[in-house]
Amino acid sequence: MIRKHKPEILVTGAGGSLAQYVINLLKNDYHIVLVDFRRRVQLEEGLSSYRVEYNKRGFEDIFRKHKIEAVIHLGRMGLYESTHRNRYNHNVLGTQRLLDLCCKYQVHKVLVLSTYFVYGASPYNPALLTEEAPLKASELTMDLVDSVELENLANIYLWKYPELNITILRPCNIAGPGVLNSLSLLLSSKVAPVLMGFSPMMQFIHVEDMSRAIVLAFKQNKPGVYNVAGEDWVSYQEAVTQCGCRRFPVPSIPEGLPKLFSKRMDWKGWPPYLINYYKYPVIIDGSLFKQTFGFRIQRSLTDIFAYYREKKEMGIL
Amino acid sequence: MSIRGFLKKYLVSNEVETIANRIPKPVGSFGYDPWGYNSDAIKIAISLIRPLSKYYFRLEAYGLENIPANGRLLIVGNHSGQLPLDGVLVSYALGTSPVNPRAVRVMIERWFPTIPFLGNMLNEVGAVLGDPINCAKMLRNEEAIVVFPEGIRGSGKTWDKRYQLQRFGLGFMHLAITENTPIVPVGIVGCEETMPTPIHIKALSKLFGMPYLPLTTPVPLPAKVRLYFGKPMHFTGPINDENDVAVKVEQVKAEVDALVQQGLQNRSGWFE
Repeated sequence: MIRKHKPEILVTGAGGSLAQYVINLLKNDYHIVLVDFRRRVQLEEGLSSYRVEYNKRGFEDIFRKHKIEAVIHLGRMGLYESTHRNRYNHNVLGTQRLLDLCCKYQVHKVLVLSTYFVYGASPYNPALLTEEAPLKASELTMDLVDSVELENLANIYLWKYPELNITILRPCNIAGPGVLNSLSLLLSSKVAPVLMGFSPMMQFIHVEDMSRAIVLAFKQNKPGVYNVAGEDWVSYQEAVTQCGCRRFPVPSIPEGLPKLFSKRMDWKGWPPYLINYYKYPVIIDGSLFKQTFGFRIQRSLTDIFAYYREKKEMGIL
Repeated sequence: MSIRGFLKKYLVSNEVETIANRIPKPVGSFGYDPWGYNSDAIKIAISLIRPLSKYYFRLEAYGLENIPANGRLLIVGNHSGQLPLDGVLVSYALGTSPVNPRAVRVMIERWFPTIPFLGNMLNEVGAVLGDPINCAKMLRNEEAIVVFPEGIRGSGKTWDKRYQLQRFGLGFMHLAITENTPIVPVGIVGCEETMPTPIHIKALSKLFGMPYLPLTTPVPLPAKVRLYFGKPMHFTGPINDENDVAVKVEQVKAEVDALVQQGLQNRSGWFE
């Protein structure tokens, strides 16, 4: 029997829900090398898996051992996982090391997952922000510096090393089964804090749709920066209600009060530095991605909210 | 039940429901558009403005047939009356128009989104942050936008300057040309008399950071309001310089002024 040669690709953050959806979509066509800094991920037989920090020396051994042809960089230390210093070291310096290794070992395709948070939540944001809009998150809070820096870094490598073919995706809120980002934690909880008098418009993308978006961008290989979002919008308070959360009104003035509440209550999904995102809208325009890659959303907002509501009703969340 | 659900249940009549459902406005699965417009909030707003418009201001609108049934549109009018009642009444007239009803967007000052409740409420009924990028995006989304190029120079006029058009900003003409958008001029007659203002209290307005603070009636007076919509005007580029734009703006201003003068001639008193 002739075994078909499968190109080797490295997926970081392999322990995350999104990565696992992506791996499932790619495993028939590629040999996938799994990397996660939290744990050694065991998905199924035949997949190489490593627990390693990207900014440690041992990370290079993976490139020495495997002929990595492409990288899907999804691994990120979450906003609630550590201090902003640790996140900076891991997310920014770790990514720099990864990109340097990609150059050294002649990787020819890199996909970097960013976030819409980089645009920053400001009362002066126009709706439908395009990819050229300034990244104002670090101006508003130090805690999001790593997200903006990671993007800037990826952008520098995108122009300086065109042979890497870097694609940067900036998705809206990813939600659905297994997702553990801040907003998903909030939607999973029974009680969701809401700022009195504010209910910004939000966008959500189902983790399955996001994994399809990543695979499309990866396979078609059209380097650049792309927002990823559907064409449906909902206010934050409507979203939490639809997810079966009880709203917990937090006074919005004076300005420092909600941050104080957040610190005292230690809400992981509603940390002080994200409060502006529950106050002002950051609506992105996903039309470039849609047109470039022929992407179509398959899971509606109703599907996303139904997941959280049903799990709560079953007592699972 | 949410506040919106409660208000909808008790305020929105079948008649208003029918009127609002005629407005051809694409929205998402939860009734929102990207700027926060909400189809239920519009029904509540129409229900609240309807008695005011019908019995208090006795609104009359002429030339509604000049409003295209769909497609991008700038509606440019004279601004007056201290409060933005003119924007509300133009939006109401177009939303409930028997011919070609349209959901109309109004641009608001940059500090509104920071005000709890009010900012959100305004967004839900179609108002959006007055930002050129927002405006261009909305036109590409085939929306109809009301523009008052006089800005606060017009709305904050004192009584001695009533029905004298102030300087028009040029921004709307740039948008009309670059986004290939027709302009429908509108002359608004009656709003000047809703809040006659002899003077402004400048010291207090500075203290509160307000653009102006008029010494006027505590509530708007029941002046009869008439709206005169003119024929669509089309402008094309390229833009060679700002003088070229200013000349085109003057054409729109002259058209708005002619409609205002027509309205003034047609009326026999403020409250008739």
